[in-house]
Amino acid sequence: MNTFADFHAARIMAKREETPDVWTFRLRFEAQNIADRFAFKGGQFNMVYLFGVGEVPISIMSDPDDKEGLDHTIRIVGRVTRGIEKLNVGETLGIRGPFGKGWPLEEAKGKDIVVITGGLGCAPVVGAIEYIFRRREDYGQIKILHGVKTPRDMLYKARFETWARYPDTQVLLASDQPAKAWHYHVGVVTELFDMVDITPEKTVVMMCGPEIMMQAGARHLAARGVPQQQMYLSMERNMQCGVGLCGHCQVGPYFACKDGPVMSYDKIAPYLGG
Amino acid sequence: MSDSVDSWILKKVSFDTFFSALKLEDYKVLSPQVEDGAVTWFEASEADDLKQGFSDQQSVGSYRLNQTESDTWFSIVHGAQSLKNLTFKPRQATVKIIKTEAGISFQAEQPKAEKIAVIGVRACDVAALQIQDRVFLGGAYQDEYFKANRESLLVIAVNCIHAHETCFCASMNTGPKVKAGFDIALTELKDAFIVEVGSIAGKNIVESLNLTIAPEDMSKQADRLIQHCAASQKKKMPQQNLPNALYAKQHSEHWDEVATRCLSCANCTMVCPTCFCHSIEETPDMARQTSERVRVWDSCFNPEHGYIHGKNMRPTTADRYRMWMTHKLGSWIDQFDSSGCTGCGRCTTWCPAGIDLVEEAIAVMGEDAMEKKA
Repeated sequence: MNTFADFHAARIMAKREETPDVWTFRLRFEAQNIADRFAFKGGQFNMVYLFGVGEVPISIMSDPDDKEGLDHTIRIVGRVTRGIEKLNVGETLGIRGPFGKGWPLEEAKGKDIVVITGGLGCAPVVGAIEYIFRRREDYGQIKILHGVKTPRDMLYKARFETWARYPDTQVLLASDQPAKAWHYHVGVVTELFDMVDITPEKTVVMMCGPEIMMQAGARHLAARGVPQQQMYLSMERNMQCGVGLCGHCQVGPYFACKDGPVMSYDKIAPYLGG
Repeated sequence: MSDSVDSWILKKVSFDTFFSALKLEDYKVLSPQVEDGAVTWFEASEADDLKQGFSDQQSVGSYRLNQTESDTWFSIVHGAQSLKNLTFKPRQATVKIIKTEAGISFQAEQPKAEKIAVIGVRACDVAALQIQDRVFLGGAYQDEYFKANRESLLVIAVNCIHAHETCFCASMNTGPKVKAGFDIALTELKDAFIVEVGSIAGKNIVESLNLTIAPEDMSKQADRLIQHCAASQKKKMPQQNLPNALYAKQHSEHWDEVATRCLSCANCTMVCPTCFCHSIEETPDMARQTSERVRVWDSCFNPEHGYIHGKNMRPTTADRYRMWMTHKLGSWIDQFDSSGCTGCGRCTTWCPAGIDLVEEAIAVMGEDAMEKKA
């Protein structure tokens, strides 16, 4: 298979605005045989291609068992995403993928889950949270800690509020800046750590967001006894080819695109920030 | 031809028969030749197409060509180009995208390659090919373009009998004698070449030449010249405890010091025979009905290399030099179970600031040794 040319056309079935600069696109492969064959794990990503402009790595948000389509939540930050934002339902994108290693959703079965996310970095983990809630009986307690700079950055607020109502689930939100309608903690996400009880040895941690936040989270939880290999970080690097051949996304000895983007803390700790 | 024999004599007066044998097998023959004052891969259909008497002179930050009265054919050690230009091409079209009524469709550029025989490949560059095999063919995803180019390449190595100030293949255990990964190997003596074979394809061609067995004294003379070349290399790359020694130096102040000299020009990565970073150029036509994607060489010294929206993971020259050296000499071993360096010395020769990879590696790791003493 020629990975550089392994594109498949996918049509936009729906387009939903999450915040003024974040959109979720529902896609369906044009070719039925591709749609049938396409299988992925939660936390994997696709390279999403816009005609005449280029590709961006975007994690797959929808459930791996959902065979009707693929959801990609895209933040409008650059040339490619600005172009994608302008596309309408019925227009087509190209897809290469799926790539990378996703969340340890199988390994986490029977364990308590702690999710730590920051800012707009939460999109890749939302898919995993939904996956877990759809298989609720397979997992233990769920604690979701999410921090934003300002309440306006709060993506998927309704989802967080829904999750908070589920049994054996704790949702803690923090905003650096206060606001009238903000009824949650004011401060940084790391201040939420002390508000959760954990059973370190039966806890699996999933983190996504600024590296410095993930590092602080990992250090705190390691100090409380959570084994390093049970903490997972979603690494953000310049991923272009998706298969470890183009060289850009290296971090220490790893290629974030194929050895990650989700990596356990015991492996990645020495190389964070580099 | 007996299997127990391992070297033959090809008289220089009969060198043309070698070219004829290659042409009979439909190979296009390339050789490093001086053209417009630079050494590039050049088509040579007969021995007379090879220019005699040229030699190169390489030192830190310097490359000069000399023309002498000598009638030697292979006195140039190497030019800026390695086999990388032939196997992992600087530009490779990958896919054409076409707008259709229904949306878009994709037309893959099929990998294709012509049969090429390269005469004059040095041991360091043969070693680079083997490293490329690990990078491009060793993982779950293979580079089909590299694979096609690689499979149609016949490697005719020439053992080095002269080393430059910048050469350190002996310390990397890659040369100056080619050990594996070649089809035919030559050693140039005064009136003849010693010929050795390294593959079935090479054996078939050599057999067709009906060569005589090399007398022991000539083989020994060739070995002595190669050994002398190895012994003449003053530069030695430290090999101890890589890659951990470099990971431990992630925050070393030495990177800032190198950055005061490094221009971040990317020359070292362009001439490196193993550097594989690439990006994609996307070019739509004016009417925006079709678009073409072309894979082009990239470099970890380019500012965009570590860029993610709103942030550059390697914003400074110090970060980029650390990335280049740590990868080339260290993390490459973790990734591909082999160093990314062959000891060819090109990065040092072609550095406009005269930065010497070996010296810098010693300087970075030397701190390690000093800390241990303290």
